[in-house]
Amino acid sequence: MRPFTYADATSPADATLAAARQPTAMFLAGGTTLVDLMKIDVLRPDTLIDVGHLALGEIDVTDEEVRIGANVRNSQLAWHPAIRDRFPVLSEALLSGATTQLRNMATVAGNIMQRTRCPYFRDVHAACNRRQRGSGCDAIPGFNRGHAVLGTSESCIATHPSDMCVAMVILDAVVHTVKADETRRAIAFGDVHRAPGDTPDIETTLEHGELITHVVVPNHPITRRSHYLKVRDRASYEFALASAAVALDLDGRTIRSARVGVGGVATKPWRSIEAEKILEGQQAAEAAFQRAADAALAGAIGREHNRFKIALAKRTIVRALSVARDLPV
Amino acid sequence: MTLELHVNGADRSADVDTRVTLLDALRDTFHLPGTKKGCDQGTCGACTAIVDGQRVLSCLTLAVTCAGRDVRTIEGLSEHGDLHPVQAAFLECDAFQCGFCTPGQILSAVCLLDEARAGVPSHVTRDVRQPVVAGALTDEEIRERMSGNLCRCGAYANIVTAVKHSLRSASSEARP
Repeated sequence: MRPFTYADATSPADATLAAARQPTAMFLAGGTTLVDLMKIDVLRPDTLIDVGHLALGEIDVTDEEVRIGANVRNSQLAWHPAIRDRFPVLSEALLSGATTQLRNMATVAGNIMQRTRCPYFRDVHAACNRRQRGSGCDAIPGFNRGHAVLGTSESCIATHPSDMCVAMVILDAVVHTVKADETRRAIAFGDVHRAPGDTPDIETTLEHGELITHVVVPNHPITRRSHYLKVRDRASYEFALASAAVALDLDGRTIRSARVGVGGVATKPWRSIEAEKILEGQQAAEAAFQRAADAALAGAIGREHNRFKIALAKRTIVRALSVARDLPV
Repeated sequence: MTLELHVNGADRSADVDTRVTLLDALRDTFHLPGTKKGCDQGTCGACTAIVDGQRVLSCLTLAVTCAGRDVRTIEGLSEHGDLHPVQAAFLECDAFQCGFCTPGQILSAVCLLDEARAGVPSHVTRDVRQPVVAGALTDEEIRERMSGNLCRCGAYANIVTAVKHSLRSASSEARP
């Protein structure tokens, strides 16, 4: 690992000011992405600003919303009674990711900011536009079985690896940040991550030194009938080949409204408004679920090794919707 | 940097480079080699340690971030020479072959017991909205909850049995 300076931030203001002074500084929280990528020389910060000890570790529950501090650990959030009761999809998504040890370390903000698991991104000897702008993409002609079919470009097909973010994006979560000049922003979850386009190295709409302070998930009756289904090569401790985060608001067997997200197949946490619109007013049955799944994957582009993901993602959506429909709520 | 923390109940202090992981600090600085370096990239769980009561991977934890924290390793598990019940269960059930992953397995299982007593769900829990009963954890639940600890000898079957024994004796102790 390359040498770096370590600073333990004492407040969000202290952290953002320190980052503003140092263009190659990075925030450190749980470290499950950052320390890993520093060991293999993919990330080379010369200063680490430790925000992991900031007092941003609370989960505040009101009738209207749940406010989740940036430093809340993934396990803490997944296990929280209010999350399990109001947003099962979020608890299930978190529990399907990694292992207890990693979930005990990884923070909510860190989960949002985590980097792709694309093996070419992780190999400094490979061409990767995401790691080094303009260097090319070895994944497109390479071994791309795990890669994305939605939101890709000719510059990058790396999959966004998060489970939690797929649940967050269908829950209308809002990410709150603060900058060194004390400006605060509230960013809709779907606007935090960028599709790669020509600049896959710019992964989010956050600026350098902009610190996530908390995430707000609004309470809504639809979220009680929600489910996260993850399909992968192993039963545990593996990233998704395809996943679906869904929620249904039912009037008898008729769908009042629906939420549909997919993971493991897209370059950013993916929500399909098209699929949601198709489900509205329909009978909650396989025919409508299938049409919604077709709509969600309509723009998909398969490559040599990942074409199977298009059909797999559709089946995952249909299955997740069926499970959600049958939940006792 | 100067690092001051608590390891197995004792105050420890050392000068460490910012790059040193908790794993390397435990093994090389504090001479506690029970915590094992398997993959050193957050995959295998051999380096599992308990920090402030939670099981974590010491290979992905920078030592400097642990200032003031309470760290527990396999060396600190027995009390007054008596093995921890989970250690005893691993011996009783022959839950290892080469033993390299065993410290991590045992620390992970110790925390699994606490988590189960707290009634928290896992990925295989049928309904996350319902509380979990510790003594009634299925083999599937134990396998999922231990999935962060790999065993290349494949002693999994006996590890599951050892954890199940620990859960049963823990829940019978808890009974009034």
